[in-house]
Amino acid sequence: MALLSSIIWLPILGGILILATADENNPNITRKLSLGFAIATLVLSIPLYTQFDPQTADMQFIEQLNWVSAFNIEYFLGIDGISMPLILLTTFLTLVVIISAWCVIEFKVAQYMAAFLILEGLMIGVFSALDAILFYVFWEAMLIPMFLIIGIWGGTNRVYATIKFFLYTLLGSLLMLVALIYLYHSSGGSFSILDFHATPIGHTAQVLIFLAFFAAFAVKVPMFPVHTWLPDAHVEAPTGGSVILAAIMLKMGGYGFLRFSLPITPDASHSLAWFMITLSLIAIVYIALVALVQRDMKKLIAYSSISHMGFVTLGFFVFNAQGMEGAIVQMISHGFISGALFLCVGVMYERLHSREIASYGGVVNSMPIFASFMMLFAMANSGLPGTSGFVGEFLVILGAFQVSALYAVLAATTLIFGAAYTLWMYRRVIFGAVANEKVAGLTDINNREILFLSLLAAAVLIVGIWPFPILEVMHASVENLVAQTAVSKL
Amino acid sequence: MTINFWPMFPEIFVSLAACAVLVLDLYVREEQKGNLAYIASIVTLVLALIFTLGGFSHERNIIMGGLFVDDTLSDLIKAGVYLITIGVFVYSRDYARERDLFRGEYYVLGLFGVVGMMVMASSNHFLTLYLGLELLSLCLYAMVAFQRDSSLATEAAMKYFVLGALASGILLYGFSIIYGMTGSLDIQTVHTAIAGISPDNIALIFGLVFVIVGLSFKLGAVPFHMWMPDVYHGAPTSSTVYLGAAPKLAAFALIIRLLVGGFEDLYGAWRDMLIIIAILSVAIGNVVAIAQTNIKRMLAYSTISHMGFFLLGILAGNESGYGGALFYILVYAVMSLGAFGMIILLSRSGFEAEELDDFRGLNQRNSWYAFLMLLLMFSMAGVPPTVGFYAKLAVIQAVVGADLVWLAVVAVLFAVVGAYYYLRVVKLMYFDDATDESPFRAGGDMRVMLSINALAVLLIMPWVGSLLDICKAAVTGLTG
Repeated sequence: MALLSSIIWLPILGGILILATADENNPNITRKLSLGFAIATLVLSIPLYTQFDPQTADMQFIEQLNWVSAFNIEYFLGIDGISMPLILLTTFLTLVVIISAWCVIEFKVAQYMAAFLILEGLMIGVFSALDAILFYVFWEAMLIPMFLIIGIWGGTNRVYATIKFFLYTLLGSLLMLVALIYLYHSSGGSFSILDFHATPIGHTAQVLIFLAFFAAFAVKVPMFPVHTWLPDAHVEAPTGGSVILAAIMLKMGGYGFLRFSLPITPDASHSLAWFMITLSLIAIVYIALVALVQRDMKKLIAYSSISHMGFVTLGFFVFNAQGMEGAIVQMISHGFISGALFLCVGVMYERLHSREIASYGGVVNSMPIFASFMMLFAMANSGLPGTSGFVGEFLVILGAFQVSALYAVLAATTLIFGAAYTLWMYRRVIFGAVANEKVAGLTDINNREILFLSLLAAAVLIVGIWPFPILEVMHASVENLVAQTAVSKL
Repeated sequence: MTINFWPMFPEIFVSLAACAVLVLDLYVREEQKGNLAYIASIVTLVLALIFTLGGFSHERNIIMGGLFVDDTLSDLIKAGVYLITIGVFVYSRDYARERDLFRGEYYVLGLFGVVGMMVMASSNHFLTLYLGLELLSLCLYAMVAFQRDSSLATEAAMKYFVLGALASGILLYGFSIIYGMTGSLDIQTVHTAIAGISPDNIALIFGLVFVIVGLSFKLGAVPFHMWMPDVYHGAPTSSTVYLGAAPKLAAFALIIRLLVGGFEDLYGAWRDMLIIIAILSVAIGNVVAIAQTNIKRMLAYSTISHMGFFLLGILAGNESGYGGALFYILVYAVMSLGAFGMIILLSRSGFEAEELDDFRGLNQRNSWYAFLMLLLMFSMAGVPPTVGFYAKLAVIQAVVGADLVWLAVVAVLFAVVGAYYYLRVVKLMYFDDATDESPFRAGGDMRVMLSINALAVLLIMPWVGSLLDICKAAVTGLTG
């Protein structure tokens, strides 16, 4: 059965159906339909986990069809232990976003829901494509719905933010495209990523290819110093857009490093590891300090995302299994936590229409249930043991120690800075004296909001307390990747 | 001696049909003028399509003493020209009617232009090539000047005519030098003769330079592009849509017949010239387009940059590059047709939707058309999953295959610059509020045609491979 194809195309076709049947006067049907498609996709994606064989590093659920024979481009799908958890993350978070948008979005509901469903299909396509051009098609096509989501439903400065987002990512992607075409010629006429993995390449070419991939993936992660689009995009995006952006789209940069940069250019990865590690450490330390001084909650979380993603890239470039597994767990956990924090800001923004920390204070008095949820997510963001945030950071630091104590110490500062900016924001927003009458008049979260926040809370706690199921599925693939990067391709 | 006329039957048929339309139009009552010509022209093109496809993909057929060739390439280009021209006629009908341009002459000129393009596609001789080109050019000059009470259109036509005549002269001068060197105007004979001459021969290169200049002018490649924005802008949109789409297909035939068919052994020389022209076109086209507020001028500059991209495929100098370039030009013609069709849709009597601002808030006014324009714009920018991406991919992979990676990098960097102004159109349609709420008035045929046209750039995706195969097959064995 073509399971992967159905998970990719079901939400896309669902989105088209929703657009076609949209009735602006009766958005409830649209909402229910979207929810149905999101749930169906999530249910369809569960067999990916239950039928997954964690013993092998080979690609599973393979689908291979001829597509553009002139260039040997194939419709080639398959997943391993690295991509499978990310697909589940995507289907889970899209459902959360659909629930969270339920009565928040009242303007062009069908277009909004359809954009997210189409985006979901495209993102799953990115994680499961094994043909470089197919990957590129999904990777770029994803920009279109995101461009519209930020541009149509975003804040006041949305046009600037969304065009900046689009052009930044397009520039990086097109350089990657040239690298992919170069690989096509040097691999003897194949666009299969698995063939790229086996193609020997000279050192200079490897460095250039690595830099082209870097342009695409570093922008997406985003790494310092190409991160500047992210705070703009996050602040202007609607809540759902921020959630998907932070929770999944950033992970694609990380996934790209794992699927392309490391195995295709192992020698360049080793010789440029110092560069990558330096940038990661700058992101971890410097961006955390930047986060500390933010006045806007969304901006603070955006900078916190960049800082946390620094952990991910650090984990990749220490070249050991702990580091990489930690980085992948960190990607998944950050997906839950950043998504949850953006939703929390969204919950407050709907009520008070402000994201400024200074507009709040003493929210716990009027929204006690909400305050306790946010407490959990804030703790997870600062890496408290027992939450998912801890597992990834701990493993990455462990991996970094094997390479250099300095890296580990610098990386560990995030435990302090992360706690500082998150908890300080939490204190200023939730505790203290009630800031003004508007805050006093806040109503606590309703059942719908409790539903999506508790889904995320459960995820954060389960991964935090018992990360074994995730580590188990990725172990063979990560070991295989570490072995691949250890072998020279010169 | 008997001459086999059958391979050129479509040309003969369309020429006769054009004459018939011209004569019959005289006998039609004033208020009915145009209707008959419109229907007759469409029927003519459909029949021509059937005749051409009836002889599709048979072996190479050279007739008329080597003047005329009928092969896969010519059939493919002719089929493309018919289809695009049918689209042009459907789109321009209501626009022309509202502006009193709905006359038989428009269709006669259009059909004769089609004959010119067909002759260009099938020429096997410098003279046939030149005749086809001039037939097309004369029709285009007249179509640009069609709105005779518009000073803008008259100015554009004068500019186009004077510069076009100059370019034709330059092209002919180039031909004459080549003739002096090789003693023939027959493309195969020239090809054989050049193979016997050193590729560094100064006189030969000199002739080649003139030929390339003439071709670049016809294509609108930098630095011979100055006429494009003025002509695109000045001409009535019903003529711009004709000018902007199908003639580019014929120009492809012109280039491939001359450079590959005739001057293949001078590859090193024309490659270097085309590299400069292509980079300049991609750069200047994309950068200057950003500064435009008039969408017709913007599309003119976008055309210039697309021509630069298309030349990249040619200068790669291998079959995969030529096939890629042919695919690119076909895709470009479809996108250009759709984009100008959209401008026509937005125009109403007494009002030209020429400014970018006229697209403001289109998503509020009609989300379906906004979506179609979105597809066209993303396709022009080369963003997957639209077909514009595959066209760019085909061209860039040929360039990388020819060991010109740096050129590919330069081209994609300017493609990012280009993405900005296409995004600006999307921004106006989706993120801004509408200032004009008037409803659209367009015939059902136009709505259907436009929808098919724009959706094609997305839905063609699964068949991109087969199309590329056809394009590749069309450009193989051109020198045989």
